[in-house]
Parts: sequence; structure tokens; C-alpha cells
Amino acid sequence: MAQAFDAAAQQLLLTQRAEEALALAKKLGADAAEVGASVDQGLGVSVRLGEVETVELSRDQGIAITLYVGQRKGSASSTDASSASIKATVEKALAIARYTGEDPASGLADAALMATDFPDLKVHYPWALTTDEAIDLALACEKAGRDVAGIHQSEGASLSSGEGVRVYANSHGFLGTQKGSSHSLSCMLIAQDEKGMQRDYDYTSARNPAMLRDPAEVGREAASRTLRRLGAQRPPTGTFPVLFDPSLSSGLVGHLMGALAGGALYREASFLCDRLGSPLFPSWFGLEERPMEVGATASSPFDAEGVQTRNNRFIEQGNVASYMLSAYSARRLGMQSTGNAGGARNLRLLAPLTPRDDLLKQMGRGIWVTELMGQGVNGVTGDYSRGAAGFWVENGEVQHPIEEFTIASNLNNMFAGLVAVGDDIDTRGSIHTGSWLIDAMTVAGS
Amino acid sequence: MTAHKSDVDTAVSILLTPGGLDLDALDTGLSYAMGGGIDYADLYFQRTWQEGWVLEDGEVKEASYNIDGGVGVRSLAGEKTGFAYSNQITADALMDTGRTASGIVRSGKQLPGQPIVAVSAAGRYAGIDPLAGLTADEKVAMLKEADRIARAADPSISQVSASLSGTYEVVLVRSSDGTLAADIRPLVRFNVSVIAAKNGRRERGSAGGGGRYSMSRLRDENVAARYAKEAVRQALVNLEAVDAPAGQMPVVLGAGWPGILLHEAVGHGLEGDFNRKGSSAFAGRMGKRVAAKGVTVVDDATVADCRGSLSVDDEGTPGQYTPLIEDGILTGYMQDKLNARLMNMAPTGNARRESFAHLPMPRMTNTVMLAGQDEPTDIIKSVKRGIYAVSFGGGQVDITSGKFVFSASEAYLIEDGKITAPVKGATLIGNGPEAMGRVSMIGHDMEMDTGIGVCGKEGQGVPVGVGQPTLKLDELTVGGTQSS
Repeated sequence: MAQAFDAAAQQLLLTQRAEEALALAKKLGADAAEVGASVDQGLGVSVRLGEVETVELSRDQGIAITLYVGQRKGSASSTDASSASIKATVEKALAIARYTGEDPASGLADAALMATDFPDLKVHYPWALTTDEAIDLALACEKAGRDVAGIHQSEGASLSSGEGVRVYANSHGFLGTQKGSSHSLSCMLIAQDEKGMQRDYDYTSARNPAMLRDPAEVGREAASRTLRRLGAQRPPTGTFPVLFDPSLSSGLVGHLMGALAGGALYREASFLCDRLGSPLFPSWFGLEERPMEVGATASSPFDAEGVQTRNNRFIEQGNVASYMLSAYSARRLGMQSTGNAGGARNLRLLAPLTPRDDLLKQMGRGIWVTELMGQGVNGVTGDYSRGAAGFWVENGEVQHPIEEFTIASNLNNMFAGLVAVGDDIDTRGSIHTGSWLIDAMTVAGS
Repeated sequence: MTAHKSDVDTAVSILLTPGGLDLDALDTGLSYAMGGGIDYADLYFQRTWQEGWVLEDGEVKEASYNIDGGVGVRSLAGEKTGFAYSNQITADALMDTGRTASGIVRSGKQLPGQPIVAVSAAGRYAGIDPLAGLTADEKVAMLKEADRIARAADPSISQVSASLSGTYEVVLVRSSDGTLAADIRPLVRFNVSVIAAKNGRRERGSAGGGGRYSMSRLRDENVAARYAKEAVRQALVNLEAVDAPAGQMPVVLGAGWPGILLHEAVGHGLEGDFNRKGSSAFAGRMGKRVAAKGVTVVDDATVADCRGSLSVDDEGTPGQYTPLIEDGILTGYMQDKLNARLMNMAPTGNARRESFAHLPMPRMTNTVMLAGQDEPTDIIKSVKRGIYAVSFGGGQVDITSGKFVFSASEAYLIEDGKITAPVKGATLIGNGPEAMGRVSMIGHDMEMDTGIGVCGKEGQGVPVGVGQPTLKLDELTVGGTQSS
């Protein structure tokens, strides 16, 4: 990268800052305290129509302090990690804590749960990339896409590369540090016919730059995804089976995890309240979290409260097997933390996989959805209604592109109606899954 | 309202003085950002103080305070942008970021440096610290009042959460075209969310609002009681909701927040960057009909004290009243300096950025449809079978195909000209120019929303407002579960 980033030196500096903040909090009267500090540095370039459009150098840092006076809590944060700023931040958190109410559930996670095992999960791969090299990769990506016949316009290609260090420490004496990197390349193209313009995109992303896909392949895939949308029609209104593309079925897993989150459960804001142990999916379906997977997107030995992460099984043989809990939400529910402060890490399906073409045949006549729009998911009731685009399928064969329709149901019905999962696993994000075939949803179109 | 000379003095003392800088030092800073071949450069200084209070279970459970600030330096050459930023506002940081930003972009013609022109703009809100308007005890008392009123309103209310948040933001812009401008932007918001449970069903209701003023105004206007009652009312309505219909039908949108329709169906597609690049469904349609007769849509940064209002934008251009569609004809785009220059148009005061660490781009402020002549009750009466939607969650648009969605959180069936059963939340989908062509009745009851909108574009969030009268679209696709 164009700026030097010494991750080891940053790690040392952040550790010192965190320890300084904890010592100060104790000195000023806090009974317990926790500190998160991070620094990230990155390079982002974008090109469009063969020319450089933007080059951005970023460097973000922050320190956040939460402290407890008895069962009262106050938080403060700053982007300035100087000693003077740390002092002001601790003082502000203490001042504000005086006005919060006593909460028996508040406080650090239990000391016995703190992580003690810190394997190297291989998530830090710095990329010694110059600005010119980054520009060349983005240009190659966009050019390959624009060279495909039928592409007439471009939103450009972007490359971003970054690395960072985070430190979490608390007054149990826990100190966890982690270095990480993230690199990605994306391209968005536009095509036009007599009915109007369509755009679509493709991207590749990885912690290790060596694992990124070939830029030209990303550009060509963006072109083919764009071109296949031309001439879209509206599907009929009715009830049809729906095949969710892998990039979208991971979103369904996301809605599931949102409803299993302790914060939603103790607020009664989840359609999965009181459902522990009861059936939700077909019995062949399971879902597991693997936070210690080497080299994966969200790997970490400790959660956002220092708790040792573990392989939680959230869905087992179709039943709700575990909630997703932080120390606070666990206490509110009378349970134990599952090491999920900050969310789930690396979700993997436990299910038989069906070749994707067989899924289409199994569906027969229905809708293959490749894009969803809007936020029409109600976590309290599970009601689901979203805008969509995709393809009409007859006799297991893709017929033509479709757009400007909605798909609607309830997540309870959709999960129970999961027919099969495809073998076309998308591994780009923290949730790895293939396509999902859902038996029936209401489609509103023409 | 405030004169902006005093804002500049305040901004200098808050942003520059602590790091040993003054206005003259910014000329030196700019010279690093200009250099060979740069057309334009700007320095954007910002500091924000943000406070948030959250009540749950009748107690204030979370209180947080955040301080953020720094300088962003941008160098433009033709269509190229170089950008760097720093958390430090010092002479060294200006030199490093300026050299980095200008070193990135190498071509373009050099323009002569311009003498300072202090921007004079009418203040659209008072330049105050909104957090100081109430004591901590008064803030806690407001939250507890909302809790008490919501719980007392109905026995089915099982959960109440209330939040109070505020931001005090000070910005200073100095650019190579001579611009010197400062803005002091207060922003506050109060929100109540409840869960109602009855007969084995559970539903949420929420309400909130705010604007660019002191927290004391929230108390003076008694918003804790108002939003608590409104959230309870909405939750109780949703407890009775039946499945929404699926398919194409007439849709009546209520006044105020349903103006999110304009934001998605029209607004994004008229931002200058998308039109310069030809990627908007509205590209090349200037002067042409893009909406039904009678439809007039403006972007109005000048509404006093509104959440989306701006005295000056993030490039120092005064906030403006910008007509976008007049009587159905496309007449304007929203522009920042870069896109205005490349399109040979004038900036419209729509350059916005999430923070000093983000690049500015053309964004909406308050997007509004002007009032028509129709009586709102006549609009309802005119519908045989359709939907009346009064509150929405969020929306999204694909500006290239023109397809947009927005999701209703409170809606009713209209049967034979009467509002009947409430229906469950459903997503509405349409095509921007087509939908605007189907606006057949426009009420005289234009209203702004209560001040809750956040617009996301390329990962940057900024506060926005919307407003509209009651209006009728002859046909829109409603994404319910009941296909008859």
C-alpha cells in the first residue's frame, strides 16, 4: 500500500491505550470497565470508462470505553486516542453513568468465560499494493466487462484493500488483540435495449489477496449478469415456488439469526420467542457457527466481550437448538452467554446438497430470484414482503428475465417450506450457503 | 436567524485554533492540495459531538457520548478525484493529506488561485449546541414520561423503549475557488417503540421525530407524550391487521412521511452524478414529461429547522430551493460542484458527505411534492378497491431500471370509497417515471414528515426530509400475501 502500516506497532500502541484507559477508569471510581480500540488503514480506487475516477487513502481509528459504577453503565467513544482524549472520554462515561438506572443484568461477561485459547486463525494478509497496481487491476476488470458485446455503459470497477488491528480489554484482566485484512474487487455494468437500461454487478472478496478471483473473470461475469436481465417482463400474480440465489439465501439465514438474537428475544421483538427446542425447518436441516475456522471471513477466538467463541449449533435436525446470546441478553433471559456478543461468526449449513440444475427441475414452474429490494421483513411477526427481480422458469428451464414484482410470505412458512439446498455454495461472506428452494410464496406482478 | 460571519468565527475557534491554525494557514494547506495540474481542491474541517440515551424496562439502560472530528482534503483534475483525510487538524496533517490527495491525480489544466469569498447564506436553523438545551436529569425525565404514557395507554403494551439522541456538528469549508463557509448544525431526535401483545399475536408500533434545533424544543413540544401515544396507536392497529392483497391496484398515500415515494421514485434518479454518467432512468429527459400534469417536486434545503435542511452544503454552496419536476416536466437536477462543472450547470447546494472521512456527492435535502387542489376525503372516496398507506419503513431504488420499492408499516384497505380493515405491512413496487405518470389526484394537505429519515448512498448515510400531500396513484403493485 501507498502508506506504511506497521500492524505490530499499532497492536502495541492500542494495547497501551486500552490499559491506560482501564487504569484511569479504576482510579476515577469505576467498579468495572471495558475498552475496545481499533485502527484500520486502506486504499480504495475506482475507475470508469477506462479512466481513474477516485483514489482514496483511508485511516480510521477509535477508542470506545464502557464502564460500570455498581450496576449503572456509561459509554463514551472518540476517534482521538491521545492521552488527553482518553482521559476526557473516561470522565464523560463516568459522568453519564450517574444518570442511568440500576440494572441487575448489566456488567462484564463472567470472568470464567474469558477466552484463554488464541490460535492463529490466519486472517491477516497485508497486500503490498501500489496505487498504480490497484488502478491496473480495476482497469483490467472493467475492460474485460466492457469488451463483452452488448455492454454500452459502465458504473465502473473498484478495488479496495485494507488491514487493521483491534484490541479488546476489560477489568477482569482480559486482553485480546487481532490483526485482520480485507481485499475486494467489484464491477458494475449497464446494458440497454428498446425497453430500457439494466445494470448488474459481480465482486470478489477475500482476506488473502491471493484468493481473489481473476479481475477479468469478475468483469465478464458482471457483463453476463447484466446482459441476461435485458428484455425483462413482469410475472403473473399468483402462488409459485421460489428459488433464492445463494447471495440471497444467505440473507434468509441473516433474518433467522436476527430472530435468534438475545436482544430481540428479551424485548419480545422476535417471531422466535419461546421457540427453543421446537421445529422450524425440515428435519434434514441444521446450521452451525464455526468461529475458529482458519482463514475465514469472521474468524475470531473471542467475542466482543472477551468470551471464548465456540461452535454453536443454532438449528439441529430442523429444531431451534440455541439462541444467540451476549452476556447481557443471556442474563435477561436467565441463560448463559453463547459467545455471540457482536453476532455470529462463520455460519455453515448441515444439510444434504442438491445439484443446482436439479433444483430447477424440482421447481418445475416458478421463479428464480436473483435480486431483492427494500426492507420489508418484520422481525416481530416474521412477515416477509420484498421487491424482486429474477427469471421465470417453466419445466425446469429458465425462460426469460422478470422484474417489478414482489414475493411475500412469513418466515415461519418459508423455513418450514424449505424443499432443498443447492450445491452452489457462495463463500464470499460470513454465511456460506447454496440456493434455497422454497415451496410456495405469493408473487405480486402483473 | 444567524449570520454566517459569526459561524465562521465560531468554527475557526473550535476547529482550527486548538491545532495552532488560523485562516491564513488554510491557504498553505490548499497549496499542497493544488500543485501541478489540479483544477480544484477543498479542505473540509468537521467536529461532531453526539449523545444518545436509551430507556428500556422503565429505566435508562444506555447512555453514550461520542466525539469525532478531522479534516478531509480533496483534489480534482477533470473527472479524477484524489482524497485523503486525517483525525488531526494540524499544519502537518494538512501538508500530508494535501500532498497525498494532489499526488494521486496528475492531469488537468491548472486554474489560477481565487481570492477568498466568504459565502453569505441565510441561516436555516440556529447555530447552537442542541445537547446543552436540557440537563441530564431533564433528558432522563422525558424518556421516563414516554414509558409511563405508553404503558398507561393500553394494557396490551408489554414492552416500551424510548431514545433521545442529538448531534452538535461544526464544519468549515475552504476551497481553491475562493469559498470560505462555515455551518453549525444541530440535529435532535426522539423515538418511541412499543410491543403490543394480545390473543397470541404480537406487533410493534413506533413513532418519532426531530429536527435541527435544541433538545429543549423536544420537551417544550411535549413529543414524549405525542410519540408514545402514536406508537401505541400504531401497534394496536397492527394487532388487528389482516393479510394484505397482492397485485396491481389503486394506492392512496397519506400526507407527510409517505413522501419517501418521491425520494425513491424520483429523487435519486435526478442526482447529478447518475445523470452525468448516463446511468439514471431519467438521463437525457430534461424538458420532457416524466410525471402527470399537476405534479411538482422540489428539493428544498431552506425549510426552517427541518432534518434535511442545510444553510450551506458540504462544499460551502448555500442551501437552495431546487425545482426538479414542474407540472410534470423534468426541469432540474441536484448538483455538487464536480458534476455541475462537468455538465455545464450550476451547483444547487446538494453536495453532502457523511463526514470528513467521506467524499461529497449530490444528495437530497428535503424532497417535497407541492400541494394540489383535491380534498383528501374525495381522494379516498374515488377508490373502489385499493390500499391507503400512511406509514412506511424504508425504501430502495435501482436508478438504472427505475424500479423502486417502499414498505408500508401501517396501511388499510379501501373498499367502495371507505377505509376499512388495517392490512399487514406490504412492499409496494413500481417504476419511477411510470408511477409518477399515474398520479391522478393531489390533496391540498401538504405536510413534512416528523424528522426521521436517513438516506444511504454508496455506504454514506445523511439525514433527509420528505413531504407530500395525500395523493392517489391509479395503479401500483402491492406485495401482500392474498392473491385473489
